[in-house]
Amino acid sequence: MAEPFILIPGRTSQQGVTLNEGKYTEGYRVEISTLQVAPEDMQRLELEDGDLVRVYNEVGEFTVPCVTARGDELPPGMLFISYGDNSSRLMGGDTQGCGMPDSKGLDVFLETATVSE
Amino acid sequence: MSTTEAATETAPGLRVVQDATCTFCGCVCDDMELTVEGDRITKAKNACVLGKAWFFNHHVEDRPEALIDGQPAGYEQAMDRAAEILLSARFPLTYGLSDTTTEAQRVALAITDWIGGIVDTTTSVCHGPSGIAFQGVGEVTCSLGEVKNRADYVIFWGGNPAESHPRHFTKYSLMPKGEFVPNGRKDRTAVLIDVRKTKSAKAADHFLQVKPRRDFELAWALRALARGVELDPSIEETTGISLETLEEIMDGMKKAKFGVILFGMGLTMTRGKHLNSEAVLALARDMNEHTRWSAKPMRGHGNVTGADNVVSWSTGYPFGVHLGSGFPRFNPGEFTASDVLARGEADAALIIASDPMSNFSQPARDHLEGIPSVVLDPKLSDTARTASVAFTTSTYGINTGGTVYRMDDVPIPLRPAFDSPYKSDLEILRGIESRIRQRQLAESLPDPAASGA
Ligand code: SF4
Repeated sequence: MAEPFILIPGRTSQQGVTLNEGKYTEGYRVEISTLQVAPEDMQRLELEDGDLVRVYNEVGEFTVPCVTARGDELPPGMLFISYGDNSSRLMGGDTQGCGMPDSKGLDVFLETATVSE
Repeated sequence: MSTTEAATETAPGLRVVQDATCTFCGCVCDDMELTVEGDRITKAKNACVLGKAWFFNHHVEDRPEALIDGQPAGYEQAMDRAAEILLSARFPLTYGLSDTTTEAQRVALAITDWIGGIVDTTTSVCHGPSGIAFQGVGEVTCSLGEVKNRADYVIFWGGNPAESHPRHFTKYSLMPKGEFVPNGRKDRTAVLIDVRKTKSAKAADHFLQVKPRRDFELAWALRALARGVELDPSIEETTGISLETLEEIMDGMKKAKFGVILFGMGLTMTRGKHLNSEAVLALARDMNEHTRWSAKPMRGHGNVTGADNVVSWSTGYPFGVHLGSGFPRFNPGEFTASDVLARGEADAALIIASDPMSNFSQPARDHLEGIPSVVLDPKLSDTARTASVAFTTSTYGINTGGTVYRMDDVPIPLRPAFDSPYKSDLEILRGIESRIRQRQLAESLPDPAASGA
């Protein structure tokens, strides 16, 4: 069953490093295609590191593996992913007249996925 | 440009370039010591993990000078085609510009003016909302040199410098010993405000975990406390921070001699956007009734601040400027890249050192893919792959000299490490500009045959 979450796309140092190595490297692809989930949520949803999850909103969706976020970095109810192609798929075209689409703090749904992308 | 200034040959084929500048992030660290072997940088002393990745991965790649519709082409032919595309457009968009020199930015702007297009930069999707907020409430500002030498209370808000600007703490804001903070870190109080307890939290004395999308409320709560307004303890339910903690923070802020709020995209990219930035800028302004406070946005790309400066000094506005009416018009939402693409308005694009095909909204990407585009980038990207004309360029700061602006609006000269066989953005843009002007001037001259001369 799909659960509501708030998704925060953001920068990580690994993303910055692999970006320089090239956007078509395995390192970059893995970095922007891994969803961090709070430990409490991983447990509650009976997810294990590497399980595929589908994240979607009214704009788009992506299916990626999830990992447990480090320590208390993420509070329950919040997801994190490195900026990139996946996170952009959930960004709508509306900028509410300011030029910036909603890019952080996105309302999304998450459900376990059985098939890979 | 010559790369030999300030370079010393230490062994055959090995050179050391002193005081080079890293342009990967807005810190623009200008104390790099680069060891160059042929066309590779093999050591980058003083660079952080991101800076090292930047220097070690920008060697010369074996790619064609340009691609026209995916087919290899030379620069001359590609510049001809680029000029044709831009001249035949009715509503062209120039976009990107945050990872190139200020000199190249000026030419891109001139091209946009000649063809009557829109110029927008990556600012519109990073701190554009802060640019809007500056116009609303102003900016009490300072340089990073002042932060280093004076700041005894530093608030990082909606950013994670430990990962995005790794040397910010050590070079400017927390660790350095300064004239009025002689004991460095010991003389400073650091606060981190964020929705996530990021790696930066370890560096802070206080971590305030704000509820998602409640930065605006938190900033206004602090503004109220700054003014001596009594707040209800229910503020904790709204913001996630107890009234007691807020009062303690405000007490510290008032006692500071020189405070600074360094804010990131956690504010500008989240619902509220320019209103979030405005609230934080207004808080810094209000604090000046008690003591000295400033607020500065933490800027991401190496020369995004230069892009703001060039567009501002040329047109009077920082980004999202329409030049098609013969005078500049600024209207975020109307003339910003994400919008003109998502609404399907732009009919051609000139994209410099940016990759909107991988980081714009889906409707914007769908439209960009379907219009003719001219792309300049040292690396292959999704945007370059879908371009009608894609130029391979040299890398600014590594192969190309020029000027970039640090995030505090201080211009810094570049000291390149080795020459590249590829042209710089500046050379390519100049080539396109001269072709456009030749065509325009030829078309504006009276036809000798028609006049019977
Ligand atoms: S902090 Fe930024 S500018 Fe300085 S070395 Fe690291 S990436 Fe380069």
